[in-house]
Amino acid sequence: MRVELVKRPEMSRTMMLVSPLIAVGLTVVVAAAVFAVQGFDPLQGLWLFFLEPLTSLWGLEQLITKATPLVIVALGLSVCYLSNNWNIGAEGQLTIGAIVGSIPPVLFPHFVSPLVLPLMLILAAAGGAAYASVPALLKTRFGTNEILTSLMLVYCSTLFLDWLVRGPWRSPQGYNFPITIDFNESAILNPWSIGGVYVNLSAFVALALVAILAVVMRSTLKGFEIRVLGQSPRAGAFAGFSHRRMTLFAFALSGAFAGLAGMMVVMAEIQKLQPVISPGYGFTAIIVAFLGRLNPVGILVAGLVIASSYLGGEAIQTSLQMSSKVATLIQGVLLFFVLACDTLILYRVRLVGGPSRETARA
Amino acid sequence: MLEAFILTVITASTPLLLAAIGELVVERSGVLNLGVEGMMVMGAVAGFAVTNVTGSPLLGILGGLVAGAAVSLLFGFVTLTLVANQVASGLALTLFGLGLSGLIGEAYVGTPGLRLPALDLPGLTDLPVVGRILFGQDVLVYVSFALVAAVSWFLFRTRAGLVLRAIGDNHGSAHALGYSVVGVRYLAVMFGGACAGLGGAYLSVAYTPQWVENMSAGRGWIALALVVFSSWLPGRLVIGAYLFGAVSILNLHAQALGIGIPSQFLTMLPYLATIVVLVAISGNRRATAFNTPACLGKSFVPDR
Repeated sequence: MRVELVKRPEMSRTMMLVSPLIAVGLTVVVAAAVFAVQGFDPLQGLWLFFLEPLTSLWGLEQLITKATPLVIVALGLSVCYLSNNWNIGAEGQLTIGAIVGSIPPVLFPHFVSPLVLPLMLILAAAGGAAYASVPALLKTRFGTNEILTSLMLVYCSTLFLDWLVRGPWRSPQGYNFPITIDFNESAILNPWSIGGVYVNLSAFVALALVAILAVVMRSTLKGFEIRVLGQSPRAGAFAGFSHRRMTLFAFALSGAFAGLAGMMVVMAEIQKLQPVISPGYGFTAIIVAFLGRLNPVGILVAGLVIASSYLGGEAIQTSLQMSSKVATLIQGVLLFFVLACDTLILYRVRLVGGPSRETARA
Repeated sequence: MLEAFILTVITASTPLLLAAIGELVVERSGVLNLGVEGMMVMGAVAGFAVTNVTGSPLLGILGGLVAGAAVSLLFGFVTLTLVANQVASGLALTLFGLGLSGLIGEAYVGTPGLRLPALDLPGLTDLPVVGRILFGQDVLVYVSFALVAAVSWFLFRTRAGLVLRAIGDNHGSAHALGYSVVGVRYLAVMFGGACAGLGGAYLSVAYTPQWVENMSAGRGWIALALVVFSSWLPGRLVIGAYLFGAVSILNLHAQALGIGIPSQFLTMLPYLATIVVLVAISGNRRATAFNTPACLGKSFVPDR
């Protein structure tokens, strides 16, 4: 039995909507199998992993909190991927953004003003964009592979943060823990209560960015330029679009988004710097971007789906004492299925009996 | 002192060389598998688990090899049969491997492992200076060099190697000539997975006999960079891997050498070195353009 692909005359619109659903469905099946293999009731595992976290107000707050950075980072990455630039280093841009944005509260703790928050956000976006520009410049200038350079910079950024919080930025009142001083109150993002649910401003920033990007990608020249250059650099060149400038733009934009997301996580949740500030948001956002098929609204939905897998991982860790690595595993499986199911959009899949095409024909 | 330095360089370089030589074959066939890190970490956990269960480090290494090849099939199916995007599928493989290895390895955290014994040839190993370095390594060190030689011979001296390179350079023409593009690529991807698995098993069975989550620690990515560094030539891969092995263990010897740089910056060195090397290599178009497989990363669908 072989799998054979038959090209469809045009992209299947039904499959564009159905294929992510198939992917999610298959992932649920695999997840059930994982729970069963580990000796747990698969239905109970699925309930605890996928649904139980959503049954409480606290769970919903957590869902929004976790989805926010994922959505913001993935939005930036989607612009990169659409323009055929492979930024894999959002985790590093997020980290550097948070470091640069934390300069005011860490180095100038007595600077208390309503200006502090916006200043921190601007610095974070600039820091993330600058860090992302390194692989972009190396790509445009030397033709260096941006996948590897952006990824290598992730390791450098987390080591740099580690050095900062253990060295020059360590709080003297921190009992020797590797943390900076607590941010002063004007550098902290407090949540708003909406009908008893506490939501951070960052969630609304994420929504606004979704809306802006949806409009930009659909109905502006810039969006057209991004897509044309991504699909066919030659056609883009004939239209007068510059491939180099697009690479720099896409990297800087995604770096700025990642920096913003990192800063907002720090100012809202951790309120100081420590060796680890992100549970891999920058990497998981890659899945979110693909699961949301590089479309802003899709990314919003995908962000919520993937955020629930983080909560699910925590839930089964506490109630079943299973490794929270289950979440990473399920995310990987989901990305595999999403990519595999995307084939259905462009191709009809046929199962052919017999060892080769020739015998099948005869 | 120098002997100790060289011995640690060899152990630090071997996993890189093993993973990279496999990926070199994969890329020569025109497939870009970014999942080396995931396959490596699966090899590490399988190597540790099998050694732990059977009590035999050699069987453990075999287990790592099989695990790496097995997960590479997932990537192969998605990218070769279902023609999914290779970059994203490689990332999925890495996530999958990190997650699954963490799950399997949870039971082994903190469990002491068995170390693959080093060779001990009476007479030869006891030779002064060169004895331990040349004749006292574990078997995988020799395997890594044998693999490089074998791959080099296969790619440039055999008909099958010529076919593999042709498929990497122009899959359309190779298909028209009647070669099975997808079949050859499946074999290449599995070979790459087996090598990455070996490299991973080396970490948990020979380098530090224990299991730690994410114990590949970015080595899979460095192996990918090494393939670019080597400009797809096996011989240069040895130089690259040993250069990187040396840089990455500077940290261990820094204090003895009296280097007063914070350890975080020394740990950064291999990653920074990777970037510097990539820039230097890609700036030199003559070195890269000639050997780069022209179809690298492109999906192939046989027309009917």
